[in-house]
Amino acid sequence: MSGSALVHSIIDGVLTGSVYALMATGLTLIFGVMDIINVAQGIFVILGAYLSYALSVHLGIDLFVGLAITIPTLFLVGIVVERVFLSRIKGPEKVVMSILVTYAISLVIEGALNMVFSVNYVELHAWYVNRSVRVFGFWLPYIYLLGFAMAVVLLGALYFMLYRTRFGASVRASLADQTAAALVGINVKNVSTICFGIGIAVTAAGGMIYGATNAFNASSSYDLISRLLVIIVLGGMGSIGGALAAGVFMITIEDVVSVIWGPVWSSLTFFLILVIILSVRPQGIFGKQTARLA
Amino acid sequence: MIKRKGLFSTLSVASVALATLFTFSSPGGASSSGTIAKGQPVLIGTSLSLSGDFSADGTAFQQGYELWAADQNARGGLLGHKIQLKIVSDASSPTQVVTNYQDLISSDHVDLTFGPFSSLLTLPAAKAVARYGYAMVEGAGGAPSVFQAGLTNVFDSALPVASGLVPFAKWIASLPKSQRPTSIAYVTSTDPFTEPQIPVAEKIIKAAGVKTVYYKTFPAEATDYTPIADAVASAKAQVVILGSVDVPTVSAFMQAFEQAHYNPKAFIATAGPDQGSAFTKAVGLGNADGMMVPNAWFGGSKNAMSEKMVAEYIKKYGGTAADVNADVAEAYSVGQVITQAVEKTGGFNNAKIISYLHSGVTIQSVLGPVKFNSLGENIKPTAFTFQWQGSNFVEVNPATDPGAVKILYPKPAWKN
Repeated sequence: MSGSALVHSIIDGVLTGSVYALMATGLTLIFGVMDIINVAQGIFVILGAYLSYALSVHLGIDLFVGLAITIPTLFLVGIVVERVFLSRIKGPEKVVMSILVTYAISLVIEGALNMVFSVNYVELHAWYVNRSVRVFGFWLPYIYLLGFAMAVVLLGALYFMLYRTRFGASVRASLADQTAAALVGINVKNVSTICFGIGIAVTAAGGMIYGATNAFNASSSYDLISRLLVIIVLGGMGSIGGALAAGVFMITIEDVVSVIWGPVWSSLTFFLILVIILSVRPQGIFGKQTARLA
Repeated sequence: MIKRKGLFSTLSVASVALATLFTFSSPGGASSSGTIAKGQPVLIGTSLSLSGDFSADGTAFQQGYELWAADQNARGGLLGHKIQLKIVSDASSPTQVVTNYQDLISSDHVDLTFGPFSSLLTLPAAKAVARYGYAMVEGAGGAPSVFQAGLTNVFDSALPVASGLVPFAKWIASLPKSQRPTSIAYVTSTDPFTEPQIPVAEKIIKAAGVKTVYYKTFPAEATDYTPIADAVASAKAQVVILGSVDVPTVSAFMQAFEQAHYNPKAFIATAGPDQGSAFTKAVGLGNADGMMVPNAWFGGSKNAMSEKMVAEYIKKYGGTAADVNADVAEAYSVGQVITQAVEKTGGFNNAKIISYLHSGVTIQSVLGPVKFNSLGENIKPTAFTFQWQGSNFVEVNPATDPGAVKILYPKPAWKN
């Protein structure tokens, strides 16, 4: 194994990990505000990929331009799903029930996607998808660089929204203590709905990059959700910063292990690290017992 | 004392229940008599991967089974009984597939069973079905692990996987030294379908003096292939043999190779390029050019049965012969094997069907002749190498075969 291969694997890991971090951020935001484990996040990513596919193939809209349509669309889908299905879940069993309800939603969406698009794999195509640029002797794919830049912009926007706006203050208050937030006049129900919408909206961007770098069908969501759940558990459930750090860290470690010891060890290492860290810090790297926002 | 009395009562009830169960059941299972009342349909059960990792293949298998059933019903069914398929989904899960076959036999009382998709699922499925004395004819379980399990009820109508890459390896070895590649990379998924193929090919290619510069396996559940593909590209092998089970794996490697500006002189994948339009839609027709895959069947096969099936497929689903997934033909052949077995044994008795299929008979199918050895492997098929050349999917190896066209070598540059 050469030093350049190692450096290349680290670059690959950071670029890919940032997109996973973006997808995981939506998941952890939803859990943080609503105490809902959205196992449908994977299928929403695939739904985002299919929306980009439909716009690209049928209307000739560029993948990144199409995000101007797919992100608001999935935001609205999230709002509807939260209002129709999730807002009804209450009580001490809320977390467990949320898993069942979102799993059911996931199955319905999977079935619908199979009917509309068939089970045949598709992939998103654009001039930049298969091209790359040489930087310091490494070929870096445009799509990963663009995906990285997009993830940075969207995560920055999310950060700005959370820490520089009045709505963000409401979200953080709801994250810390929903009862106290309600007592000071915050409409926690509306905050939850909008957060769910935002959490789903980011999957449009993640889905587009996923679809441009992987052939996919509706069943691809299963591999995604297991990985996303590991990332948010490792980062600390509800921690935005944790999801970001864990996403980049885990994918980079996986890629480095793949190059050093071989690909067959990478998945094992991925889960081994999770077990080791959780045994030391059960709340995850950035998870806190009282306030879960990093 | 009261507790002990309760225990005895429970044991007594359980014993009676078990005795009743054994009295009214038989090793032959639900269809041990092998007779179906006049006017009743023959029920054939199968579990297919209609969701999950193998959903594209599972759906193609469903098309193949349904095409066969429609054709056979148009000819009067099986021994005058209309064929009714009971297809359930296993979500590509080796545990769900067992549950499905148990349910199909014990609850749905199917008369016959057809195999699932992939060696990974066929092995547990065949074991489950064997407990009921049922035959399992299948078209996608050709891994050595399936035949080494000591089962006598499993019959694979397709090509045994271990020999799949042999024509390609022999072709590499046969090239004049000036054209022969000097280096090769092997990278394979940890799957019973892919892993057995690589050592067989490596042995032939290594003997021809081609240096192995990369040989790694990757987990079947991998989703990020970039670092693996980058490592292969860094090794700069002139030939790549990829042990893949599906389109996404091949597609990911092709994309990463193109991004790394690496174009091997020959690139063969064990599965993926054989999936017709499902492959070209994912990778783009331009990039498919020159990609190779081993198999025993393709849409342009001159076999009359195959031509008829392809015509029917196109009539029903559209597309061209090159678009027809090899899975469709493999599934169709399963029905043809069962047709002959049922007609020759004169009924639906699974024990008789198993015995008949072990008798050394040759059965004609869309895949060509089928003849099973004592392990249930089809010993008749010839392994071919197929290649995408433009929009055509053509046979290129063995070069001596009358249907073979000149191989596109070196592989054209990436075109997307």
